[in-house]
Amino acid sequence: MIYLDNAATSWPKPPGVAEAVAGCITEAGANPGRAGHRLANDAARLVYDARAAVAELLGARDPLRVILGPNVTWALNLALRGLLRPGDQVITTSMEHNAVMRPLRALEAEGVALSVVRCRADGTLDPQRVADAITPRTALVVMNHASNVVGTLLPVAEVAGIARRGGIPLLVDTAQTAGAVPIDMAALGVDLLAFTGHKSLLGPMGSGGLILGEGFDHARLDPLVRGGTGSRSEEQIQPDFLPDKYEAGTMNVPGLAGLAAGVRWVQERGVAAIEAHERALTQRLIDGLRAIDGVTVYGTHDATRQTGAVSGRIAGADVGMVGLRLDDDYGILCRVGLHCAPLAHRTIGTFPEGTIRLSPGATTTLEEIDAAIGAIAEMAKE
Amino acid sequence: MSPSRYAVVLTHASSHAIRAEHVLRQAGLETRLMPVPRHLSSDCGVCVQIRAEDAAQAEEVLEKNRVPYDRVEAL
Repeated sequence: MIYLDNAATSWPKPPGVAEAVAGCITEAGANPGRAGHRLANDAARLVYDARAAVAELLGARDPLRVILGPNVTWALNLALRGLLRPGDQVITTSMEHNAVMRPLRALEAEGVALSVVRCRADGTLDPQRVADAITPRTALVVMNHASNVVGTLLPVAEVAGIARRGGIPLLVDTAQTAGAVPIDMAALGVDLLAFTGHKSLLGPMGSGGLILGEGFDHARLDPLVRGGTGSRSEEQIQPDFLPDKYEAGTMNVPGLAGLAAGVRWVQERGVAAIEAHERALTQRLIDGLRAIDGVTVYGTHDATRQTGAVSGRIAGADVGMVGLRLDDDYGILCRVGLHCAPLAHRTIGTFPEGTIRLSPGATTTLEEIDAAIGAIAEMAKE
Repeated sequence: MSPSRYAVVLTHASSHAIRAEHVLRQAGLETRLMPVPRHLSSDCGVCVQIRAEDAAQAEEVLEKNRVPYDRVEAL
């Protein structure tokens, strides 16, 4: 079996992740912050380790500014719902995933003005377009770091500069990049960084969060969920301090223990080394597919300008059938269709059919890439 | 009256207590997490127990690392 669906979730997880999840359940299975006994403290330390590991990897100095939750979609909803008010304007790009677009469309129906900046057909963005879309009412710019469809990296640092000059916070969706591309959120100038734990951070599903930049005043960000935090129990009002303001309810502690183990593996290997490995695989995949008659590859065709998500199509072939045959006949697992990103597919010209997306990961081999190219070549010949 | 043997670092949240414990241990201080004594706070969380003679240094370490805490109290 060849797993090329890492853009959806990474697999396999590194050694130590499953053990950390199991160890949490068997050895530290109490509720962090809800009691002072040793098992609760052990669980609280596991949560802290996840916070600290993610902070260190992504360039956040203070682990308490890492808000943990179930996934990146929750984190994006927290930021968008928590910041935007009717009458505000928000700017985003035409390459966003529905994790951004659906909350924005709902907010638009409630009176938030939405400006969607058009990206080029290869998924790239001219940052000047963001500058041109700014109005006196602009309250937020939100963009992905890289597309989940074609992997194209967006110019986050440039847009951060533009947003900063306008005094506008920038929210970045790093679902496709955290752990795969070096990120220093302070150096990039990102105010709010949403991440997922289960992709290139190599943790289990059910973990993610939002990191608040040093200069971001959380007084302006409302919580998405309110409830028990273990703190200020005498009060019926949600605490206003970090991270408790945004972390009501019992956490996925086993998942966070696994996330900490995943991030440790990434740190030991080094994000730059992982990036270099994935770039080599990605370029080989792009070049190999483009050399096949009847195959179209979307995006920039340049692995230095994208992540490992490679999208393509075989002329005349239904993408669903291609996906099924890759699985049945070749044991190659990928994702076909619209990838929860209809607007991105419109931007690259593949809506509504979608694409076949092959996405290598940190442990994918060159042999596996060559096998996938060979399988697509056989199918294209038919 | 005999001098206190222990002091506790009181924080607003258990995650702050864990962060405090982490930076205090990194600074070489002896720490232990314990439930917040009820006469000090109604919070249901934990606090960090330290040696009484470490109190001043502990505050210095917490300030330097910008760990939010309520106060250091002798027991």
